[in-house]
Amino acid sequence: MIYLQLFWEFFKIGLFAIGGGMATLPFLQRLSESTGWFSPALITDMVAISESTPGPIGINMATYVGCTVAGFWGGVIATMGEVLPAIVIVVAVSKSLEKFRGNRVVDAAFYGLRPAVTGLIAAAGIGVVKVTMLHLDRFRETGLLNDLFDLRKLLFFGLFFFAIRKFKLHPICYIACAAAIGILFAF
Amino acid sequence: MLHELMTIYLLFFRMGAVTFGGGYAMLPILRREIVENHHWVDEETILDYYALSQGLPGLIAVNVAVFLGYRQRRLPGAVAAALGVASPCILIISLIAVFLKNVQDNPYVQHALAGISVCVVALILDAVLSLWKKGVKDPLGMTICFSILALSLFTRISPILLVVTSALVGIAAKVRRPSEEETAV
Repeated sequence: MIYLQLFWEFFKIGLFAIGGGMATLPFLQRLSESTGWFSPALITDMVAISESTPGPIGINMATYVGCTVAGFWGGVIATMGEVLPAIVIVVAVSKSLEKFRGNRVVDAAFYGLRPAVTGLIAAAGIGVVKVTMLHLDRFRETGLLNDLFDLRKLLFFGLFFFAIRKFKLHPICYIACAAAIGILFAF
Repeated sequence: MLHELMTIYLLFFRMGAVTFGGGYAMLPILRREIVENHHWVDEETILDYYALSQGLPGLIAVNVAVFLGYRQRRLPGAVAAALGVASPCILIISLIAVFLKNVQDNPYVQHALAGISVCVVALILDAVLSLWKKGVKDPLGMTICFSILALSLFTRISPILLVVTSALVGIAAKVRRPSEEETAV
């Protein structure tokens, strides 16, 4: 039965893919090879669609595969399969975390973790900069700094950053505004 | 109880619906809703949840949602949060998979997304500055932060390894210098 199979396959991905949405990619590749449910080329499409729609990439990809294989309910079941192990594991960790709160070693570990995660998030941000505001290929050809930076986008980036620091509106306001600007100025 | 579960579900539904990109892109909205509007936890706790989520199996966005849901309302809260963050994706992606197979090729969609990604960088930068203020308190913290930033930008070392190493560095530093224990949080 296809629903059961979908659930099981995505349950395994949810259980073993450590490190977030993109970490599920190798598992999806293997799934494509072992089941033939979808072609490897579909994975590239999926990444593009997942990144261009709201929602965490990992969930989007699970839904997309499930939907392609077995329609709407396939999408629901694949997603539930992927989410279920997370619920079990995180609830278990939360419980033991409460027990060890105030423990010297645990607190010391978090003392090291907080700056590390700050660094990881900054790196994630810079990763987006590389894709959106820099033209690395063109820079490699011409070597002109002019070609490296997308000045129009940098300008808007500066404006957005200023507005975010100054007005403290809900992030959704800025995102909606940015979508409109993107269309108006044909980014 | 049911009312509170509904609040949790809807809160994470909204987050799932407006997050573009991976789990880290969810942080600015999470911070706004959870820390500033609802006062469930402080920013340090959110950072802790991100650190744990990075090292655990599963999607970071879902893991963080489950941590927060569980903290508010135990297991029912955890389930409500996970379903909330997943629901909008299921609706949107199903529509796309059935009706709009080439939505990513539409020029208007592309322009809008390019605009959004510029804004998302600014939002992430704002979040990083605020996390820096809360979580990086001394030279060792700064060293860890910049090393992790550089390592994840310029090498292909797995973030899990980076996170585990940082935890060990934290433990080693605190054990070796017990005099700092009183001043540490």
